[in-house]
Amino acid sequence: MTNVAGVAGQNGQALIQARGLVKRFGELTAVDTIDFDLQRGEAFGFLGPNGAGKTSTMRMIGCVSPVTEGTLRVFGLDPARDGVKIRGRLGVVPQQDTLDMELTVRENIVIYGRYFGLPRKELGARADELLEFVELTERADSKVEPLSGGMKRRLTIARSLVNDPEVMLLDEPTTGLDPQARHVVWDRLYRLKRQGVTLVLTTHYMDEAEQLCDRLVVMDKGKIVAEGSPRELIERYSTREVVELRFDDSRPNDFGYWTDGLVSRVESLPDRVLLYTDDGDAASHGVHERGLVPESVLVRRSTLEDVFLHLTGRSLIE
Amino acid sequence: MSSLALALRPLEFFLTQYKRVWRGTAVTSVVTPVIYLLALGVGLGVFVDRSADLSDGITYLEFVAPGLMAATAMQLATFESSWPVLSAIKWDRQYHAMLATPLRFGDILLGHQTFVAARIFMTATVYLVVITAFGAVSSPLGILAIPVTVLVGLSFSLPIAAWAAHTETEVSFVAIFRFVILPMFLFSGTFFPITSLPAPLEVIAYLTPLWHGVTLCRDLTLGYVELWSDLLHVGYLLMCCAVGLALARMTYRRRLVV
Repeated sequence: MTNVAGVAGQNGQALIQARGLVKRFGELTAVDTIDFDLQRGEAFGFLGPNGAGKTSTMRMIGCVSPVTEGTLRVFGLDPARDGVKIRGRLGVVPQQDTLDMELTVRENIVIYGRYFGLPRKELGARADELLEFVELTERADSKVEPLSGGMKRRLTIARSLVNDPEVMLLDEPTTGLDPQARHVVWDRLYRLKRQGVTLVLTTHYMDEAEQLCDRLVVMDKGKIVAEGSPRELIERYSTREVVELRFDDSRPNDFGYWTDGLVSRVESLPDRVLLYTDDGDAASHGVHERGLVPESVLVRRSTLEDVFLHLTGRSLIE
Repeated sequence: MSSLALALRPLEFFLTQYKRVWRGTAVTSVVTPVIYLLALGVGLGVFVDRSADLSDGITYLEFVAPGLMAATAMQLATFESSWPVLSAIKWDRQYHAMLATPLRFGDILLGHQTFVAARIFMTATVYLVVITAFGAVSSPLGILAIPVTVLVGLSFSLPIAAWAAHTETEVSFVAIFRFVILPMFLFSGTFFPITSLPAPLEVIAYLTPLWHGVTLCRDLTLGYVELWSDLLHVGYLLMCCAVGLALARMTYRRRLVV
């Protein structure tokens, strides 16, 4: 899985570039005038809740969904004109599996390789190599149907690599997987990234974005609301630490009195109250001294979830 | 790269998938004509031949066999372009896997329909062999009934594929079989000449692609070819295919390129 630099992206030009990109479905504007630049070799994420426009953006990059307005260039090419060429250089892991349940694990990879016009002779060896990479060698001749969700995802990833893509598009790669299966998928993606494959992924899991992405944009209601590395975003939009307070029945309505001067921001959620501060222990100690007695107190580091909450006033996962 | 070359790739997928079930379908495609011919050609035929006078002294077996060949193609084609098309869009989503690769919706449509044509070709070939063995083919021109049967099949599978790419549910497929395919099977000249129908129904029968196909197949297996009228039948079937293809391109695009 070597990765040779293509024509575009060598001269400082972005590998994928969007300007004023819009996607509309009738009355609904799914993607509302967004700009982004993606460089070769980076892992780039679109973070946002369901319905933020992530999948629509991915489908436009993948040249399966026409751009409504604005410009999009992938490898310097126009998806409207050169969709066939562009798709030949992409590896796509869609949100919903499109594996063929009736065929075997190996057949799924081979036939997918044939869609790219790769010779059957090479595909046998290629399939073996890819199945080893995703640790499905023993299941090569099994049908797809009985595989677990995690195995199917890994097979989809193996299949998407059959054409040795320069860019992988991963739409919610671990949604619906159990924690262990997620870590296996992350590990494979991390290896691909180290091999120089450009990763573009959408996710509504902040831990996934933090684990995998060098850089990400936060999307909400079709718009990009922030952009940067996970670290930068947290520094810019949140505090170093967060104190999470949970209450039983005696939750106060107003926290101004308890927290004034102690924290930089208070976020009141239905199930808990978040105090944003650079020193969590000091803040939790402080409110306690003023007589506030929550049922439980948790001091933790800020995450992208907090960034999202600050930017949109809502949680990532409703 | 031309669409035809790209269409070979989805065709390969459908053939790979077919490999899993080909034994069953091979048995079906031999057994079905044998059963029909025994029941209708031989059984009913003895009865009909005794009482009716089919033109030029042909037997009922000779009359019904080529009609059944065309009618079977219609049923097979309709089936192959209904559930499998909707499934490739909605349930098993194989079309979506293909669309993520260099393949375009038009290549996929063409590849899938080429597979359907290949299926009909295989079935028609078996059918012709069986009816020949039953002595129902009296002219070497009968061999041309195979491509004609493929054409009949496509004149159904293309518009049905167009519908399948448009519809949201499979409910309509059952209705199509019950209210379109079955009446055509019974009343388009397969079992009796449509001149026996009441006048308005006779006009409708003339408009069905199946009647043109049945008539063509019969002319060929009996060797009664009338060049101009038979070319008109071919032209009518080609027109149905062309309209079906245009409709299918429209519904495929609307459904898959969003």
